[in-house]
Amino acid sequence: MSDVTMTVNGKTVSRAVRGNELLVEFLREQLRLTGTHVGCDTSQCGACCVHVNGELVKACTIFAAEADGAEVSTIEGQANPDGSLNVIQQAFQDHHGLQCGFCTPGMVMAAASLLKENPKPSEQEIRHYLQGNICRCTGYHNIVRAIMAASGQEVEGGAIAAE
Amino acid sequence: MYAFEIERPKSVDEALAALGAEEAQPISGGQTLIPTLKQRLAMPSKLVSLSGIDELRYLRREGDALMIGGGATHGMVAREAATDFPGLAKLAGKIGDPAVRNRGTIGGSIANNDPSACYPSAAMACGATIVTNSREIAADEYFQGMFMTALEEGEIVTGVRFPIPQASAYMKFEQIASRFPLVGVFVARFADRVGVGVTGASNNGVLRWREAEEALAANFSPDALADVTAPRASDMIADLHGTAEYRAHLIPVMTKRAVAAAE
Amino acid sequence: MPKDHGIGASSKRREDVRFLTGTGNYTDDINVYGQAYVAFVRSDVAHGRITGIDTAAAEAMPGVLKIFTGSDFEGVGGLPCGWQVTDRFGEVMKEPPHPVLAQGKVRHVGEMVAAVVAESLQEARDAADAVMLDIEELPAIVDMKKAVASSETLVHDEIGTNLCYDWGFVEDNRDAVNQAIKGAAHVTTLELVNNRLVANPMEPRVAVGDYNRAGDMSTLYTTSQNPHVIRLLMGAFVLGIPEHKLRVVAPDVGGGFGTKIFHYAEEAFCTFAARALKRPVKWTSTRSEAFMSDAHGRDHVTKIELALDEANNFVAVRTETYANMGAYLSTFAPSVPTWLHGTLMAGNYKTPNIYVNVKAVFTNTVPVDAYRGAGRPEATFQLERVIDKAARELGVDPMALRRQNFITEFPYATPVAVEYDTGDYHATADKIAEIADFAGFETRRKESEAKGKLRGLGINCYIEACGIAPSNLVGQLGARAGLYESATVRVNATGSLSVMTGSHSHGQGHETSFPQVVSEMIGIPEDQIEIVHGDTANTPMGMGTYGSRSLAVGGSAIVRATEKIIRKATKIAAHLLEASEADIELKNGAFSVAGTDKSVAWGDVTLAAYVPHNYPLEDIEPGLEETAFYDPSNFTYPSGAYACEVEVDPETGQVTVERFSAADDFGNVINPMIVEGQVHGGVAQGIGQALLENCVYDETGQLLSASYMDYAMPRADNVPMVTVDHSCQTPCTHNPLGVKGCGEAGAIGSPPAVINAVIDALHSGGFTHVTHIDMPATPNRVWAAMQG
Repeated sequence: MSDVTMTVNGKTVSRAVRGNELLVEFLREQLRLTGTHVGCDTSQCGACCVHVNGELVKACTIFAAEADGAEVSTIEGQANPDGSLNVIQQAFQDHHGLQCGFCTPGMVMAAASLLKENPKPSEQEIRHYLQGNICRCTGYHNIVRAIMAASGQEVEGGAIAAE
Repeated sequence: MYAFEIERPKSVDEALAALGAEEAQPISGGQTLIPTLKQRLAMPSKLVSLSGIDELRYLRREGDALMIGGGATHGMVAREAATDFPGLAKLAGKIGDPAVRNRGTIGGSIANNDPSACYPSAAMACGATIVTNSREIAADEYFQGMFMTALEEGEIVTGVRFPIPQASAYMKFEQIASRFPLVGVFVARFADRVGVGVTGASNNGVLRWREAEEALAANFSPDALADVTAPRASDMIADLHGTAEYRAHLIPVMTKRAVAAAE
Repeated sequence: MPKDHGIGASSKRREDVRFLTGTGNYTDDINVYGQAYVAFVRSDVAHGRITGIDTAAAEAMPGVLKIFTGSDFEGVGGLPCGWQVTDRFGEVMKEPPHPVLAQGKVRHVGEMVAAVVAESLQEARDAADAVMLDIEELPAIVDMKKAVASSETLVHDEIGTNLCYDWGFVEDNRDAVNQAIKGAAHVTTLELVNNRLVANPMEPRVAVGDYNRAGDMSTLYTTSQNPHVIRLLMGAFVLGIPEHKLRVVAPDVGGGFGTKIFHYAEEAFCTFAARALKRPVKWTSTRSEAFMSDAHGRDHVTKIELALDEANNFVAVRTETYANMGAYLSTFAPSVPTWLHGTLMAGNYKTPNIYVNVKAVFTNTVPVDAYRGAGRPEATFQLERVIDKAARELGVDPMALRRQNFITEFPYATPVAVEYDTGDYHATADKIAEIADFAGFETRRKESEAKGKLRGLGINCYIEACGIAPSNLVGQLGARAGLYESATVRVNATGSLSVMTGSHSHGQGHETSFPQVVSEMIGIPEDQIEIVHGDTANTPMGMGTYGSRSLAVGGSAIVRATEKIIRKATKIAAHLLEASEADIELKNGAFSVAGTDKSVAWGDVTLAAYVPHNYPLEDIEPGLEETAFYDPSNFTYPSGAYACEVEVDPETGQVTVERFSAADDFGNVINPMIVEGQVHGGVAQGIGQALLENCVYDETGQLLSASYMDYAMPRADNVPMVTVDHSCQTPCTHNPLGVKGCGEAGAIGSPPAVINAVIDALHSGGFTHVTHIDMPATPNRVWAAMQG
């Protein structure tokens, strides 16, 4: 066991961790932040995506000890200070960018990273960026539209745009 | 995962000291090693994480070469090599996915020498030098077949020095599930020679396609490859994603496309 | 102007808020105080005799509470099969036992042999590694035709064959079909594979068993599409726990696609172990475990023949299918290649003679059961591929050939035992030509050719049968379950209400769309209506969600219960208004007396029901709560036409989907936004089946595609935007909402459209020798096909 201290969603936390404890295990089991999900064990599905020091990281492929001293943000820290959905979250709801919701936290975190790097991504850029986030429900159609909308771009196709 | 301890040294010297322990194993970005540990395919007593060593995280121009620290992530290479060496930057920008690129490092990739890793093709094509804590090794000698390298126990890759080509490009034909290259070809044109590195395809790991290098040195154009003897299918990997014949077929196709795209 | 609430409105999903903020409650988020963890020891060989299990070393390891093996389950029931098929000779199917932990033999890689329960997951897994299995390996059988031919290598020795059943449908049609084919002007034959798939909902399965000694009460938290079915099967058939002592909770569930319908051994184990150890026991599947323990889907090998007369009218269809059951019969496995497949072989066409033969086969592979579409994609794929092939052979336009043979008069009784109530196949065919811009295709093809790519257009017409019913019919067909759905509407004193439904939402948005129905009926705002589901303790016995049945069957139950509520509330209102019941109208949340300005608000009526001071107590009971069970009189029959455009790279064989369009007839639509989302997702899964996904075993029974490194999931850059239309609506005639179901259509309609497009592209490039490519049409396969 070793001691780690990190900032999670703005709050400083210190805990003892096992050497082989993954960041996602630390978040889910020690901090009970269960919004970050585990959907695979080969670092491909992206359901566990969080931000570590502002960068998109798969929390299942980094040890908690390696995040010692880091700033970590998770899906639980994404809403506006008043508790309302942030722009990306709201766009996902408005454009039906989620169904079962399991991949959604990772998608929202990936979308936030994308828009930070590329504020007005094209459809192809969004699809390329989401290579590491698998969704089985939506066919990605409405996820792409939600991210376009969150970036302030017009979206086409689907019931909402047709109205 | 089996239980193990983890250490996070701040310098290369500290890392080497930590690696002196029995069954200690280095871990860089961990994007390959951690999934391996989850499958219980490795049983270290101690992992020495190189991710906290700032002195390994750099890219710098050294004359006609680009020196990349072993701890540089794929994301860093994609961003910071874009001007000096766009062919390599684009290769790095297509490894894995954005989250993987933020953790995975060139040192880790080169040390692991997965037969489907992207970087080794560029290292071979460019005649890169692998720099370790104790010596410098030419790429041709360093890569010794699938997952085999010239590295010795406790030796770590501290950097890779790439001679910068006049023009280069990487063409990756992806395996549809893992998105690793089924065949990846890096073509590098220098003033006096052309390098062609091929990854993903061969049972012997990354290779140089020397016949193509000669033909392209004489005439750097896709047409130059028309009558060049291609690597033999009998040496190629065959698995559920591609037959040996298919991989052998893809090598010239991807090489031509890389030549056409070289910048 | 589209509606902003009620039926037909694209109401935003209320469940999204918790999913978007990380506050959902999935089964793995549940931790019960004092819980222990289980790690299963799974077979790494496909077939073998267990000669020894040495647990001594493992038992001595830290934290280990108990190690279970098959012998701990002697006297415990096996996992039951919910459907008994009778073969064409009148014999019932072979139904070998399906133990919770292997007994005597292992029959597939991943089968559970032992289970280690320990204080922590780390300790459980470490100890599981130390359990020594002695397994005498036997030859494995993976290929279905070899399995049927073999009398030596038997998956189940005691039944003496690997053939589960040999089913003929309709057996009486057999001779007429053979005669019609013999005398036909043209017969097109196609042999094809419907590839084995892994459903892969993004949430892996989880089970938490809990036991409360005080009340002798067991609770199972599980990732299920149908908690009541799990309670019945596990309680009555496996563990012998009476239902009033067993509660099954399926909270937020991260996708199902069929694979979470079935009762699994891990669920029974955790419930059993919790009782044995008096401790909660938790299991969370890894994705690697999921690949070798979740029921797989599809896996049919088929030969289909389509016979036509001189005028290109379809005169007969004959098919022979080998359907893989895997090593054991999963819960509903026998029904998939039979009643969910054979009944669909008429498709959209008035073919007079149809005969379907299905041989279900045991192999040393993971059990196969329903996956999105379940039988219907297999039927559609055969039919729509062979029609396309026939059109090419005959040199006629593939859509014209389809149109010529469309069923146009309804109701229509097919030769395969079902009666389509409504449909308009020409309407969706017209619509797809419009939305897919058939007119512009040649221009797009030339643009592709200018880039060195081959472009193809593939079409597909499909019919689907949803909401499998009625119960008395399916009982005759071998179902061991009823197929009704239930709803309880509980109105609160101040007028808000809860709907307890037997349906289960795991992505479908029931919490949003069901209130739209009730809101429309009563006239109160949607946010006054709460949907309760997923817990046997507070919902009526219901059959759950699968087969696109939730709205057609579950929604109809809600309508029936709400109608009862309205009838009773009308009586109360009549009393309050001192008017005759016949004169009372309910509109916009208020009851009024027709032709007067007298009215009473919904909330006043509901308050009267619970504070019955001024109330007709002599005539009606207080309170306002009603339950309805709805058993449909027929299936529903959604239909549609799909179009796919692909580009093929002739140098590499790589296929990219450039455009995809879907024109569906779902009958009436409650929430268009949700319906379209269902189609998008189904189409992506269908594109996945057609181009990417393949579950592959080697000949020794080792699973080669055992993770996302080798099993290709569709990712964002594999699929295009999908143009969808559901304006062609022929409402269902036999359910109160006129709805048909939309969950599976995308996965049924898309695979043939994709493959038809690939073949079309290759033909445009001169590769006319290619008449078929099996799914998935990977780059290697397409390139190899081009080589000839």
